[in-house]
Amino acid sequence: MKDPAKPLDAKVQQKKRRGLSFQELLLKLEEYWARKDCILQQPYDIEVGAGTMHPETFLRVLGPDPYRVVYVQPSRRPADGRYGENPNRLYKHTQLQVVLKPSPREIQDLYLASLVAVGIDLKEHDVRFEEDNWESPTLGAWGIGWQVLLDGLEITQFTYFQQCGGLDLDPISVELTYGLDRIAAYLQGVDKVFDVLWTDRVTYGQVRLAEEEQFSAYSFDHADISATRRQFDLCEAEATRLLNEYDKLPPGARKRFPVLQAYDFCLKCSHLFNLLDARGAVSVTERAAMIARVRKLATLVARDWLDQRAGIERKVSA
Amino acid sequence: MRPRAPGPDGKARADLLLEIGCEEIPAGMILKASQELRAILANQLATHLLVDGPTAEASIETFGAPRRLVAIARNIRVKQEDLTREVMGPPRSVAYDSAGEPTRAAQSFASKQGVPLSRLRVVDTPKGEYVAARLTIAGKPAPQILSEILPEAIREISWPRSMVWSGVHGPRFIRPIRWIVATLGGETVACAYADVRSGNHTEGHRFLGQRKIPVSGPRDYEARLKRNFVLCRPEERRQKIERELKSVAARKSLRPHEDEALLEMVTYLNEYPTVILGDFDPVFLGLPEEILITVMRDHQKYFAVENRKKQLAPHFLAVINLPRDPKGLVREGHERVLRARFVDAQFFWTNDQKIKLGEYLPKLAAVTYERRLGSYRDKVERIRSLARWLSEQWVAGGIAQADVAGADRAAELAKCDLVTDMVREFTELQGVVGGLYALEQGEPEEIAWAVYDHYKPHGLDDPVPRNLIGSAVALADKLDSLMACFAVGVIPTGSSDPFALRRSALGVIKILLEQKLPLSLSAAVSAAAKSLKEHAPRIETSEAVERQVLEFLLDRARYILKERRGYAYDEINAAFAAGADELGDAVDRIAALQAIRKTKDFDPLAASFKRIRNILEKSVGTGDKVQQAVDTALLKEAGELQLFTVAQQIGRAAIQFKKERKYRRALEKISELRPSVDFFFDKVLVMDEDAKVRRNRIALLAGLLKEFSTIADFSELGAEEARQAK
Repeated sequence: MKDPAKPLDAKVQQKKRRGLSFQELLLKLEEYWARKDCILQQPYDIEVGAGTMHPETFLRVLGPDPYRVVYVQPSRRPADGRYGENPNRLYKHTQLQVVLKPSPREIQDLYLASLVAVGIDLKEHDVRFEEDNWESPTLGAWGIGWQVLLDGLEITQFTYFQQCGGLDLDPISVELTYGLDRIAAYLQGVDKVFDVLWTDRVTYGQVRLAEEEQFSAYSFDHADISATRRQFDLCEAEATRLLNEYDKLPPGARKRFPVLQAYDFCLKCSHLFNLLDARGAVSVTERAAMIARVRKLATLVARDWLDQRAGIERKVSA
Repeated sequence: MRPRAPGPDGKARADLLLEIGCEEIPAGMILKASQELRAILANQLATHLLVDGPTAEASIETFGAPRRLVAIARNIRVKQEDLTREVMGPPRSVAYDSAGEPTRAAQSFASKQGVPLSRLRVVDTPKGEYVAARLTIAGKPAPQILSEILPEAIREISWPRSMVWSGVHGPRFIRPIRWIVATLGGETVACAYADVRSGNHTEGHRFLGQRKIPVSGPRDYEARLKRNFVLCRPEERRQKIERELKSVAARKSLRPHEDEALLEMVTYLNEYPTVILGDFDPVFLGLPEEILITVMRDHQKYFAVENRKKQLAPHFLAVINLPRDPKGLVREGHERVLRARFVDAQFFWTNDQKIKLGEYLPKLAAVTYERRLGSYRDKVERIRSLARWLSEQWVAGGIAQADVAGADRAAELAKCDLVTDMVREFTELQGVVGGLYALEQGEPEEIAWAVYDHYKPHGLDDPVPRNLIGSAVALADKLDSLMACFAVGVIPTGSSDPFALRRSALGVIKILLEQKLPLSLSAAVSAAAKSLKEHAPRIETSEAVERQVLEFLLDRARYILKERRGYAYDEINAAFAAGADELGDAVDRIAALQAIRKTKDFDPLAASFKRIRNILEKSVGTGDKVQQAVDTALLKEAGELQLFTVAQQIGRAAIQFKKERKYRRALEKISELRPSVDFFFDKVLVMDEDAKVRRNRIALLAGLLKEFSTIADFSELGAEEARQAK
């Protein structure tokens, strides 16, 4: 990006923008959900493949406590990178994640009103819920739901979480994952995500294209396989060491134990695995085995986190 | 309650409306669920005497739309019938004293049953006279019964994968239930399921209809929903779609591609379907039709359209859940989505072909087929060796088009497209994409089409590969899947068949039958086992598993021959019992058998053969030594002499016909045995007292059975009912 203050090239400027800018879209949705009692959270500061992996979803859906949260989560999927050459595919795409726990009765209406809030007239567009169940083998998580289609375009994954970290959930949370990049492109009527106006003066491409090019290049061409493997092993070992230590502690001494740090290492493993996979370095048998290794960490974290919370609650109520 | 005029039996009747209001139910499940609801309700209503059992199903109709499952039961009783029941008490002699006065026994019986003493009756029973009380159980009002059975009916509907939404112990359904309408004769029936209380308000179209629409019952339900943009009956939605597909396309002199599965899908995806026409840039017509249609149909649920010359036209028909699209906003949106998809496909098409199809082969090492069975790279080697072996068999059998090197090359290329971006994105195009790339890249056409076709046939109605190389690869792929999966214990059970082995077996049989390819099934299965053992991951299997695979294949063969060729099971089994290894030959024998069966001598002869088999089976238990050949010196009676001589003559002729594969003629000849067999059974007692004679007669019959069962085992005939009952 050169100078954001400078006017754009003539082509972009001539075209009268319709719909919200990318950042207006993001702000409107955050504001909408904040008004619905959601905590406005920030993106997680570790590479994740989806908003679900943010502890604000993965850990908060566990246990009995009600919770509502909204946040934007840039999500990295090394295998989906296309060097910025494909109009719709991205190494890093921007999700807006909403979690409502427990799932309210009027959840579909709440969701649809958020579309109205960003300027979609539901009487003039074809909005529908089509069966699409979601599953993440690395997180031991799955749910039942739909993809929401807007005039044939998938704009949101709508999921009633059933299990997370291998544990049955109670109460049931609803997770809404908006694909902000494509919603913005749709609202603005542009074909290429890189042509989306981020603000009135700056395009998505100006902000992000270099990232797409370079991270795609790293994932596909440059990543050092053996170094990445070593990183994976290190992160896994550190997470495992922590989780083992937790087990040995007497219940009274567990409160401050860094289970959250173990989860961070688990997330790093997940990303490193995705990187190796994109690099074409993961063999048949290894693939399933590596997914199982990450899942093992995730399920242990989920179990320990719940154990830790339960201990704290006991103390509070006592 | 406003009961309608009494029904035929004089009891007041009324109509029931049940609507389960739901968040969007997956389109593919609505029809089955509504059918199930009908059966469940019929059963419940009949059990509780609200309808008469035999008419229960007929009085109920059920249907569904994305947000509702609906049941209408007509003419159900507003009150259960009263039931009377007789309860036996003590013997009369105990209940009344000599003066005829009731004793304490009678008093306590009456009070226990809740009837006055004066209502006790004396009844005659085989054990003597007893006191009895006739009790009347008053029928309960229907609403009371319904409030119990309606929630039960909702609960009983089975779903492929249900969910909870209120908590882990909460109710389960396919998606959250949000409202329930239950009315009988215009009055709300109070009930509750999943924390939802029933009422008499339904909901209209999600965006266009009212949210609380009062309904009194089946009378006004449909019309009120229609005013609120819901066509609740699938037939009506379907007809609207069909009509509009034609009329909208006709405006541009186009015709929609017929697509029954897609039509059914969109019928259940929309509550108020409307068809709109969209366009796409004709430049995309440069992509193969297969790809364009798959993108439209499978990914966007659009109908493709063709012009008068039957060429794909740069337009599509989308079914939207709105009555109209006046500003063209929806059309524009769909067009943009489709454009993005086509741009993707275009990108894959050029990008994938930066390297040749064959160069993808090493990458197959990273794609698992099955954990224990290695990668697709491993599978390719197994397929190659089998495809070569099959072609060699055909070359040896004198089939001119058989091409060993061609089959090997096609097998080598067959799975390469699995690692292309195009197939990763459009998995249903596996094979097709490889074939198209091969064509584009100048592979010989025969080989390219073989790659294109090798997953065929996808089902009973799908065509088989168009050429012999394709058949070789298709057979090799499927035989390997069967052998390999069975070898590691992945065997289809019930509805679980993750590797689609039934379809593979069906494919093998269909190809062999339709291409009329000579092949020994058992040899083919053994070849598959050998290839599995000789190639990575080198899995050794056993003869038992080979037999299992063979039997699995024959089972599919029976199915096809019955369903598609119309042969009876007993005919198939009779012919198979005489050998089914050469499937084409077995079918010729079945055809001959079916033809000969209609002649007058045949069935009685078959019955005699069954009698012979029974006698032979019984004789095993007698302890007699088994005698192999007939000793002519021991043949004394005319019956056995004649049978022996005639059988020899007929046998010689029949064998000659059989050699020439003139099975009909052979069977006609065998039919001529009948008088001699009848004569034998008429005059000769097999179980003679003299063991020597007896053994000789058994040997005569055993020889007869053996000699004349080489075309078909006649004793299997007529066993049809028994087999189907199994």
